[in-house]
Amino acid sequence: MDWRRFAIILFVIVIMFGTVVLIGVSQNSPLVIITSMIATTIAVATPLTLGALCGLYCERAGVVNIGIEGTMLGAAFFGWLASIYMNTIFHFPAMPSLIVGVIAAILTGGLFALLHAVLSITFKVDQIIGGTVINILAAGITGFLNRQLFFGAGSVFHGQIPNAPGVLPTLRVPFLADIPIIGRIFEQQPIAISAIALVIITQFVIFNTRWGLRTRAVGEHPRAADTVGINVIRMRYLNVIIGGFMAGLGGAYFTLESISSFEANMTNGRGFIALAAMIFGNWTPFGAWSAALVFGAAQALQINLQFFRTLIPPQLAVLQNSYVVGLAPYLLTMLILTGLIGKTIPPAADGKPYEK
Amino acid sequence: MQRSDEPGSAKNLGQWLNPLLVPLLAIVTAIICGGLIIQAAGGDPIAAYRGLIQGSFGSPQALSETAVWATPYIFAGLAVAFAFKGGLFNIGAEGQLAFGAVSAALIGYALPGWLHTSLPAYIHIPLAVGCGMLAGAIWGGIPGALKAYTGGHEVINTIMMNYIALNITSFLLNGPMRDPDPLNLSARTPEIAPSARIPPLFNIPDMRVHWGFILALLVAVLIWWLLWKTTLGFEIRTVGANPDAAKYAGINVKRIITITMAISGALAGLAGAIEVTALNYRHELGFSSGYGFDAIAIALLGKTNPYGVILAAILFGAMRNGATRMQFLTQIPIDIISVIQALMLLFVAADAIIRFIYHIRVDEERVVLTRGWGG
Repeated sequence: MDWRRFAIILFVIVIMFGTVVLIGVSQNSPLVIITSMIATTIAVATPLTLGALCGLYCERAGVVNIGIEGTMLGAAFFGWLASIYMNTIFHFPAMPSLIVGVIAAILTGGLFALLHAVLSITFKVDQIIGGTVINILAAGITGFLNRQLFFGAGSVFHGQIPNAPGVLPTLRVPFLADIPIIGRIFEQQPIAISAIALVIITQFVIFNTRWGLRTRAVGEHPRAADTVGINVIRMRYLNVIIGGFMAGLGGAYFTLESISSFEANMTNGRGFIALAAMIFGNWTPFGAWSAALVFGAAQALQINLQFFRTLIPPQLAVLQNSYVVGLAPYLLTMLILTGLIGKTIPPAADGKPYEK
Repeated sequence: MQRSDEPGSAKNLGQWLNPLLVPLLAIVTAIICGGLIIQAAGGDPIAAYRGLIQGSFGSPQALSETAVWATPYIFAGLAVAFAFKGGLFNIGAEGQLAFGAVSAALIGYALPGWLHTSLPAYIHIPLAVGCGMLAGAIWGGIPGALKAYTGGHEVINTIMMNYIALNITSFLLNGPMRDPDPLNLSARTPEIAPSARIPPLFNIPDMRVHWGFILALLVAVLIWWLLWKTTLGFEIRTVGANPDAAKYAGINVKRIITITMAISGALAGLAGAIEVTALNYRHELGFSSGYGFDAIAIALLGKTNPYGVILAAILFGAMRNGATRMQFLTQIPIDIISVIQALMLLFVAADAIIRFIYHIRVDEERVVLTRGWGG
């Protein structure tokens, strides 16, 4: 990550935080507001971070995956469904049900990724189209099953959505969470914490291990990699599936960590924003994470402005409108993609099927 | 549904049927897979499909409704197919359509008030429809220009423009453009003036099919003519096939990319404008959801050919229309249609799978539809 991009990220975050502090200062101390903003930012950046890591594994290996949106949606649904089945039908307690749900979500992500791998690597389908197929398929299947399983004839739930086993509990990072006021930042739910851990792990795996070197070789120059004995097809398959696990965990955030219910199309473009975060981060884990935090901050801004709505001065009445503030992440994504903020360089063989 | 299209019989089919073979088999395979999913979910696939066909082709009214459904699909499918011809992937048909609808509605209900006079239909209708096209063209042209002049990939930009359009239309329909009728509880515009309404084809109750359907067919012919009989069309196809070659042939590639996306957006905007002026007489929030992705499936199913798009759009229109009847008869949720459509798209896009299943060897040239982030 070059200094210029880092400065821009810092600048944007400071502006967003500053806006809320200025508006809310009459009610709360700036430190409390900033702490709460940071905590919210980290939490809502979770699916973006994990989605970006999914894109990173895929594209470092040379496969473009725009199906992250659908993968997360599918994982969100099936993870939630698994937790409900465990809880309601098999009478598991809440916590084990939720863990089964997370595992189911991760596996669902892997399955969608496997489909993308089969399409794009084996059948050499246009990768953008392959991703679109996954997005449409996920929206269709989740929408269909969401109605059929609960309200369809012969439903084991007898026409009503049963109570979900709740959401994953908040964990406290030892010692850090005990610091007064800013300790709030270190009280996060497990998927949010895992996402940060996975950023660090991915950084290490991609740049410091033999696996990472091979992955990058396959994404930059598959023919050269093939000549020195690396199995291009196998490396691409495995990396796409690992990416799918990441997106699956990201999907679990929506229904098992954030709220305990499923709504049609609830991912709401987060998969695409994750892709933009990955591009802005120049295909590096820390870069992608910091970009995800910018989008997270934009969302935290929206949430906090809702909260402080009554304090917004009349000159800034436009900020009261959630539709207008809601434009921020999307406009930001477009701005980033114009390349006005420094050029990004994708892996050389990104999106090209490998023909022996 | 039986495997009558075995390789043996495939050889006997005339050469004109060859390009239709893979899409047809893709449709059949998707329907079979959809049936298996219905079965697995505890439904009766035969009853479901019977309801579907009854609802879409079973009576003159059903046929009329199928045409009504197919109309926006033809326009939106043409929009996506047109962009594909220029090597561009327009996922933003949904936002362009919504903007076209909002603009047409605005001109439709507000213009007579602004001018303090009533307008004759032959001026008011073209104005409303034209403004809808213009709004779509702008909404499609922006990501086109961004692609051409900054390299920002149109796939993500058009999707972002969808969300931006959704936010803006939500804002407009809940605020400045909201129907002031005190009985109105939903986010919608007032009804457009009678002078802005496109009339139905027949003066029979329950036959809602309108002149927009005929217009859609004409526009498909026009797009075919534009692509294959004009210099602009040649330039668009050349840029789509090989931008480098186009550049060395002296074609202004950046200009063509922008124009392609603007025309594509205009077609999607037209879809929205016709829905407002010929069918709903107002724009309501949420009506346009799902058209964008359906349009992609239609364009690909129609092999990005304008006439193929018509056939695919009628198929999709029939499915959407019949689905209501199917749900009524069998309680199988309408959403199964989305699954079947995704499967159709899957099998059409991955025609290698279809060829693998049915052992077809067709030496068609591979068409590159889109490119990665680099170019």
